Amino acid sequence: MTTSTAPPALSVRDLSVVFRTPTRVVHAVDGLSYDIAAGEVLAVVGESGCGKSVTSTAVMGLLPPTASVGGSIRLGGRELVGADERELRDVRGREIAMIFQEPMTSLNPVLTIGRQVGEVLRRHQGIGRREARERAVDLLDLVGIPAPAQRARDYPHQLSGGMRQRVMIAIAIACDPAVLIADEPTTALDVTVQAGILEVLQSLRERLGTAIVLITHDLGVVADIADRVLVMYAGRGVEQAPVGELFDAPRHPYTRGLLGAVPVPGRRRAEDGRGRLQEIPGLVPSLTEQPDRCTFQPRCSYADARCGERRPALRALRERDERNEGYEEGERSGTERHEAACWHPVPVRPVLSEHPEGAERSDDAECSGTERSEGAECSEGAECSAECSGAEPSESAEHPEHPERPGQEAAS
Amino acid sequence: MSYPIRRVGESLITLFLVSVVVFAGVRALPGDTATALAGEEPTPEAIAQIRASYGLDDNIVVQYVRYVRHAATGDLGVSSRTGLPVLDSVMEALPVTLELSALALLLAVVVGVGAGVVAAVRRGRPEEWLVNAVALLGLSVPAFWLGIVLVLAFAIAVPVFAASGFVPFGVDPMENLRHMVLPVIVLGSGLAAVVMRQTRAAMLGSLSADYVRTARAKGLSRRQVIVGHALRNSLVTVVTVLGLQLGHLISGAVVTEQIFVLPGFGKLTIDAVFSRDYAMVQGVVLFTSTAYILVNLLVDLAYSVIDPRIRLGGAQ
Amino acid sequence: MSAASTTLPAAEERERAPLAPLSRLRLLTRNKLALTGAVAAAVLVLIAVCAPLIAPYDPARPDFAAALHEPGWAHWLGTDDLGRDQLSRVVYGVRASLQIGLLAVALAFAAGVPLGLIAGYYGRFADSVVSRLTDTLLAFPFLVLAVGLATILGPSLLNATIAVGVSQIPAVIRITRAETLRLKHLDYVAAAVANGGGDGTVLFRHILPGALSALTVQATVGIPTAIIGEALLSFLGLGVQPPSPSLGVMLSSAQAYIAAAPWMAVFPGLAIIAATLAFNLLGDGLRDILDPQGDSR
Repeated sequence: MTTSTAPPALSVRDLSVVFRTPTRVVHAVDGLSYDIAAGEVLAVVGESGCGKSVTSTAVMGLLPPTASVGGSIRLGGRELVGADERELRDVRGREIAMIFQEPMTSLNPVLTIGRQVGEVLRRHQGIGRREARERAVDLLDLVGIPAPAQRARDYPHQLSGGMRQRVMIAIAIACDPAVLIADEPTTALDVTVQAGILEVLQSLRERLGTAIVLITHDLGVVADIADRVLVMYAGRGVEQAPVGELFDAPRHPYTRGLLGAVPVPGRRRAEDGRGRLQEIPGLVPSLTEQPDRCTFQPRCSYADARCGERRPALRALRERDERNEGYEEGERSGTERHEAACWHPVPVRPVLSEHPEGAERSDDAECSGTERSEGAECSEGAECSAECSGAEPSESAEHPEHPERPGQEAAS
Repeated sequence: MSYPIRRVGESLITLFLVSVVVFAGVRALPGDTATALAGEEPTPEAIAQIRASYGLDDNIVVQYVRYVRHAATGDLGVSSRTGLPVLDSVMEALPVTLELSALALLLAVVVGVGAGVVAAVRRGRPEEWLVNAVALLGLSVPAFWLGIVLVLAFAIAVPVFAASGFVPFGVDPMENLRHMVLPVIVLGSGLAAVVMRQTRAAMLGSLSADYVRTARAKGLSRRQVIVGHALRNSLVTVVTVLGLQLGHLISGAVVTEQIFVLPGFGKLTIDAVFSRDYAMVQGVVLFTSTAYILVNLLVDLAYSVIDPRIRLGGAQ
Repeated sequence: MSAASTTLPAAEERERAPLAPLSRLRLLTRNKLALTGAVAAAVLVLIAVCAPLIAPYDPARPDFAAALHEPGWAHWLGTDDLGRDQLSRVVYGVRASLQIGLLAVALAFAAGVPLGLIAGYYGRFADSVVSRLTDTLLAFPFLVLAVGLATILGPSLLNATIAVGVSQIPAVIRITRAETLRLKHLDYVAAAVANGGGDGTVLFRHILPGALSALTVQATVGIPTAIIGEALLSFLGLGVQPPSPSLGVMLSSAQAYIAAAPWMAVFPGLAIIAATLAFNLLGDGLRDILDPQGDSR
């Protein structure tokens, strides 16, 4: 993690993206905010269609004309929302770059690799064809492509998926961008190839201090290289925390569901964040409106009347340990803050100790002492703590539904 | 087997089949071949002489082999109408048709690709609607009717262009072009409409492709993205369409020459049909089909230049 | 997955369930251009069927006293060089055009569909043979083919129809073959094969119905092509022979009088345009409806 005082490399504030077609309106992103500092890796996770990719496409300014973008996106000191296309073109590829999910189709099949890498250099650095070609070969070498000079003359179909993704990375980093957005960079690749790609990203961050926004489904990838995690649900940010804290003590019910912390028969818990995000029963809302309520409410076992009436903001949670007793919002620096958009953030200790698997983890030092902070969590007073305790029965009420759970654990 | 070799082999087989069909076509002429070949009111001696000189009493396979051997050396027989070798007449008419076709092709590609790109880029706007409407009209208006109307408008009502005849380019370039404008429009318009529609469809596909998104993410200008990436990929389609339209171009050239009285290949053909000049028809059909096969072969080989996936043995 | 979310609205539109025939009909009525085409085609067919009732004069009877009359009350579309009523001739010309168009397309389908099925279903040797056959047919451009036929069989309506039909066979073979290849690998067809369905059963019960959409579109675009083809041949004198009324024949004789009697050229031309435009619109609309993914090439 980096110094918290430096201004963020990328700052997204209250971002909204609305798609309007003649027949319908889709609020793909709704009031999303996040910051990312130089050299930091922010993982954005969430189910398909939660707005992860729309957000990054919006940051790149690559959304189709049917989309309208609101809020603010500041890259360095520059506001990107509302900037004209000419200005955006100078930024894209030079100050901010993106790696896409589909390495097989993201390269132009009729142009050589060298030309496609060199193109971005020629565009932004005003160098000649020959020099661009030489630099392209260097870049291919940098991202770990063997025999780069030869590969530069090849066409995309002659390369494997992993090699193509390395080419995409070479294109993205050609101009040393301050921010790199990687949209599921390893999803389409073999497991064996994934590690190599992540290594390239990792070294990039270390060497050039690039801020990386990593969109992924893969919790293993998150645990490997992310510093901080932003969880999105139905176009909104629902939880944001340093990676270790998020895995150990997810506070939003949705995050808990994603991480597989809610026991469901026949499903294995995500061990230490390894493995994939879990599915959560129920349907993602249709996004055709912006309801003033918690959008996760219909699927949430903690939900009560208030969740259906008012929209919870993403706000900093009180620290769990005694040291930060009395801590107020904003005291912890932005990158270390643990935030959740929930009226009833999940208490850490009781839930964990209720389940056998939770008990396994509760000897973890970070989790101890959370019990005491639990009451303090509800800064809004008695009403809240009543609700918090009211939530617990519903949690334990889940137990009878899964009576076979302990037996299954023993069997496995 | 590499693609070009396989493709050439296929063309050779097709060429063989075509020669068989043309050869058999002449045998299928009504009545005795020699009688037919001898022209009108033949004498028995003439028929006998033709039988002998054409070797019509030989085995059919022997006849076919001889026919192919002659054709391969450029001997397509002698016109019964003019008494001149068929090949000479063909060669004389060819430049007119080639100029007409080349100019029409140029018109079709420039207008068709240009309008198709505009329609795709300006999707959902008036420009697209206009291009679509014009293309649909271009497909539905028969070329020969367009020819008549254009003659009426630009050669009779406002006489700027010539309605008929041909002046070789070498003799008077300006006059040559003045005679070529209307025929080129007539022949090129239908082709342009087809190219327009296919270019638009291909461009719509390319523009939504992932690699175009990549190109935009590089910060390339609109022009670089559209021309350098999207259009470059759509060219494969355009070339395919041109290849498929080659037959229409040949048919269209025949009609256009008929309307504007251009002394080209098409006019030669139609005149031969009506004067029952069998040797000429046979020669012209064989010549056209062979040319068609060869040009198609070139088109297919041109793909591999445009699309490296084909050139390099096609890993799909 | 994230790609789907960037294009969320479009992606969901594409996820429509297979359409029932009725809702397809409803889609046709919603697609205004297609509807226009369908109505225009229906009107033309009606005109063709009722030609004897509509035509005010005998289309073939000359009336030299009335030659080269401008359009007026007696002759709405004027008369030609022989004094024949242009309206009557256009009506009968449309009848001839549609007849030939339908007949030629039927011929192309009768020959092309079985060959395409065989090539696509059996593959290998059968496919190579059919492919070479297609190439050979394609090597004779439409007009060259017509010229050859006219030379061998003599110029006539029937021979023009054959030439037009034969020239469309390759396209029908290619589409049928491509559809067969696509359908052959679908689960339900594979299941039918696994269940011991004979080749005939699989081809006619499972594959042919699946290919119907693409073939319908092909038929719809084949008709205007055939109409233009017929007019072209008749124009050149290789098709319908005078004095039979045909739009192509009318245009051919109009050429000589282009300055004196332009109406002779204008109306038959507009009739051809109306007929081809109607079927082209219908074809475009059907393509949108039956094959929403666009050209599957």
